Amino acid sequence: MSSPDPISRLKAAFDSTITGENAFRGEKSLSVKLSALHDICLHARDTLGFDYLVDISSVDHFGDEPRFEMVYELYSLKNGVHLRLKAVVSEDSCELPTVSDIWPTANWHEREVYDMMGLRFSGHPDLRRILMWEGYPYHPLRKDFPLEGKPSDVPGIAFSDVAPLAGGPFVTVPTDGTTQVREPRARHAGEIPRPEKFLQEP
Amino acid sequence: MAIRKIPLRNMSAPSPVAYDSKIEGNIVFTQVDAAINWMRSNSLWPMPMGLACCAIELMAASSARFDISRFGAEVMRFSPRQSDVMIVAGTVTYKMALSVKRIWDQMPEPKWCIAMGACASSGGMYRSYAVLQGIDHLIPVDVYISGCPPRPEALLDGLMKLQEKIMGEHALADQKKALFEKA
Repeated sequence: MSSPDPISRLKAAFDSTITGENAFRGEKSLSVKLSALHDICLHARDTLGFDYLVDISSVDHFGDEPRFEMVYELYSLKNGVHLRLKAVVSEDSCELPTVSDIWPTANWHEREVYDMMGLRFSGHPDLRRILMWEGYPYHPLRKDFPLEGKPSDVPGIAFSDVAPLAGGPFVTVPTDGTTQVREPRARHAGEIPRPEKFLQEP
Repeated sequence: MAIRKIPLRNMSAPSPVAYDSKIEGNIVFTQVDAAINWMRSNSLWPMPMGLACCAIELMAASSARFDISRFGAEVMRFSPRQSDVMIVAGTVTYKMALSVKRIWDQMPEPKWCIAMGACASSGGMYRSYAVLQGIDHLIPVDVYISGCPPRPEALLDGLMKLQEKIMGEHALADQKKALFEKA
């Protein structure tokens, strides 16, 4: 690569489709329009040398519009450059172009996103569920899906039922406190008062 | 502090042998039920249904330090048709649940089931959309072993409990009863 900064070159080439930019501790993120995502990925691989797709993940901004966001982690093994691409997907379509024709590794990543979040990838060669079974009617990683699950039944394949949460879900509380402050399971869920000394920091 | 005595054997069960040292090695008087139970309980062939970290402890139980063969259960068969006791060791996901059931159905009678660890017994810490909340929703469990994962000693203790249970069974009488009901 002739240029030391492929990210600037990407910005110059796709200026009109890049909607935002963020840098955090040396990691560059670009927000791009969904319509240009495939072209940008192709350009990033062929011209800028991003030959390694590290990961694809999806985010559910439940309550916001557009609801979903895709995150692509790219890496250039030749140049040692990392780039994160983000694109928002609206709930109405739940559809976006596949990048599995650019990086074959995207095949299973996109199947996982489809399985867990319910986003469909147009042009994907084999868009099946990867973790849950075929016929399972829900997408469990969506924010409006309850942690304890929902009943379902695919005869002969699998069934599912609601799990008893027994006072949960036990989510760690973000705090600087001790384990007993941080962990709800270390606290009493019911009426029994907890001695004050266990709730305070030493 | 008084030590509570726990009987090693189910006392209502028929004693395995009437043992006479004078004729030891030549004749042992027993009941057919007792003999059958004695043979069954001391040569349990496990079907290791290792699904998560409990399977590591199951492996430890069968290796030299803990040596499950002291209890006659060392013949881990990965073929359900040759097994007596299914040891469900680990988290049973819904995706795996019907496969476990199918393997259980392929085991010939008489058969027993040990639910090893919290997950197999109750779903454990996985109160989740993906995990069956205890294998007893699908197959009958004889012995539950607590722990996450249980140590090999706990598995051996569970195995001894199962042996006690088998010693108390009325194999021949049950078989006759089943035959009469069938006729």
